[in-house]
Amino acid sequence: MNLEKVVFGFFIVLAATLNFGFFIGEIDKPHLHHVSELFAAIVVNLIATVLKFGDRTQIGAIHLATSLVADLQLIAAAVAWAYAVYMSAEGLTPGAMASVVSLAGGAMLANLISVTILIAETVMLRR
Amino acid sequence: MNPNPVNTAFFVALRHMRAPLIVLIAIFAISVGGLVLIPGIDAQGNPWRMDFFHALYFISYTATTIGFGEIPRTFTDAQRLWVIFCIFLSVIGWAYAIGKLLAVVQDRGFSQALTGQRFERSVKRLGEPFYLICGYGETGQLLARSLDHLNIRFVVIDIDPERINELDLQDYLSDAPGLVGDARLPNNLIMAGLTHRTCVGVIALTNDDSANLAVAIAVRLLNPAIPALCRATAVNVAANMASFGTRHIIDPFDKFGEYLALAIRSPGSYQLLEWLTGLPGTELVAEREPPRGHWLVCGYGRFGQAIIRHIEHENLDVTLIDPRPSDRGTPWRWVVGEGTRAETLSEAGIDRAVGIIAGTDNDINNLAIVVTARELNPDLFVVLRQNLQANRELFRAFNSDFTVVPSEIIAHECLAILTTPLLSRFLAIVKHKDDAWADSVVARISAATGTLVPATWSVTLDRQQAPAVVEMIHRFAITLDALLRDSADRDRRMSCVPLMVVRGAEEVEIPAPEFVLREDDRILFAGLSSVVPHQQSILRNPDVLHYVLFGTEVANSWVWRKLAGAKARP
Repeated sequence: MNLEKVVFGFFIVLAATLNFGFFIGEIDKPHLHHVSELFAAIVVNLIATVLKFGDRTQIGAIHLATSLVADLQLIAAAVAWAYAVYMSAEGLTPGAMASVVSLAGGAMLANLISVTILIAETVMLRR
Repeated sequence: MNPNPVNTAFFVALRHMRAPLIVLIAIFAISVGGLVLIPGIDAQGNPWRMDFFHALYFISYTATTIGFGEIPRTFTDAQRLWVIFCIFLSVIGWAYAIGKLLAVVQDRGFSQALTGQRFERSVKRLGEPFYLICGYGETGQLLARSLDHLNIRFVVIDIDPERINELDLQDYLSDAPGLVGDARLPNNLIMAGLTHRTCVGVIALTNDDSANLAVAIAVRLLNPAIPALCRATAVNVAANMASFGTRHIIDPFDKFGEYLALAIRSPGSYQLLEWLTGLPGTELVAEREPPRGHWLVCGYGRFGQAIIRHIEHENLDVTLIDPRPSDRGTPWRWVVGEGTRAETLSEAGIDRAVGIIAGTDNDINNLAIVVTARELNPDLFVVLRQNLQANRELFRAFNSDFTVVPSEIIAHECLAILTTPLLSRFLAIVKHKDDAWADSVVARISAATGTLVPATWSVTLDRQQAPAVVEMIHRFAITLDALLRDSADRDRRMSCVPLMVVRGAEEVEIPAPEFVLREDDRILFAGLSSVVPHQQSILRNPDVLHYVLFGTEVANSWVWRKLAGAKARP
């Protein structure tokens, strides 16, 4: 067992699960999507991205790319949330919440790809 | 997966920055999380919690030491306690990250990766033909300067970082990429553009024969289409290079031995050779001819042996002077001792000698030898070997008959091979001709150029270099005479002499003006360099060619051509 692989796998899976936790629930109901979970998802995603730095293999490149996509989507979701809560006159309307959650949903797709690659890589190793 | 060297530096940096970046993210996450969790009280005394947006805002300006104050509301003491903790945590985090970043930038491996990358990029971007010079010592620098002067691009590899630094300091017209690396390693050669599509030749000039041999083999296997010019001072290495088809092996000592033998055997041929290889446009200085008789050779190393190899057939009486006892069976008289001592020179017979060759590998000893020898016998013909360019002033001050500078010999030879390949072929012919022939050629050239050293250039009659001639040549017999006439006044001859025409494997030396040209002939000319542009216009411009051939201007427009009829064009 390799500690590095454990940490790596942990962060990638945690990024996906947190993301999923935020995403799950009716899309336009603010009380079903807690913002702390979005915060946690962003932090874990950023760490997962940095962990992927410096791997020069083809799979490493795809890993990094998916993580960057997830970061981008999650940060966009956070910005959309902050805009709705503090800057727009209407506040956190169902429409604004829907766009925040759908952005996080896109990030979740990228995270799922990351997890799939992780599993495929592990299966290919056969040991 | 093959590592892509272009991104190496970037990935090295990323890998090193992994830990500090994670620490920074963690510190931000902990600080923001704490601020959100700790309850506060607003101005009305109601409980209030900070949200993520404001917490991140606060931590961002606090962590970067900007410090706008307690926003959006005044903090409670519990919050302040947490902020103290956050401030110290973030300062440590930033210090760690920035320190690590600076360490990465200063890291030797990183800077090497960066310079390697820059070098590779600049080689890749070279769109023009370039030469790869391995070894940037005295010879390499001399050659590089001349190539730069001729507007030819080059790339340099040298194992010594200081020499590559020097490359940046020398103000070349065009930017010359330089790599610190061992030329024996094929990867370095490939990185320096050995397999690049515009690489036109490799010049191996390192002072290590085996390294030059390694370069020659690499060129032969990796890019056999381009020529390799290799320096070799040991006979067996030269033979090894020749065995796998290295076309140009340059041994400076051997070359000089050959020249000296030629100068003794046939001074006229030697003078012609001097003329054709000299620096164009300089005044030709009359040189003393090396006399026959008793010669002293001081130093029987590689140089001495090369000299003896060439002059032993010239019926000279040679005495060798060397501090080591005679162990190599030579038929010559051998005096053991330093040539710098008057007793040794007297013992070797300086009083009846006609010439002395000071050929040790120590410049100061060589000078000491010739100064002592001239005192004992002022009429001596002196051949002096200069090893280091730095001692040039000393050697110039002593007025020797021949000064042998190996680096200059190699650089001249390389330039001759690279710029006018036909010339070395012609010189090979000159070496086998007698004095009378050489004198007649010298007379013809000097009739055209006077006492100035002539320039030499070659012309190939193909579609690129001579489109006008090639077009005309199928319909009309063009003689060499057409290329010698003045394009402004066809009754006058230009100041140049054709030295040789090469047709396939066949050579015609000193062709007559009536010589009928064919397509793909290669012609070597000697003459004033001002002639070249005029000759170019004859070769390229059909109208000029027509005038030179027939003395009439050609009508350019269709109407005039019709009016002039068939008589204007044969």
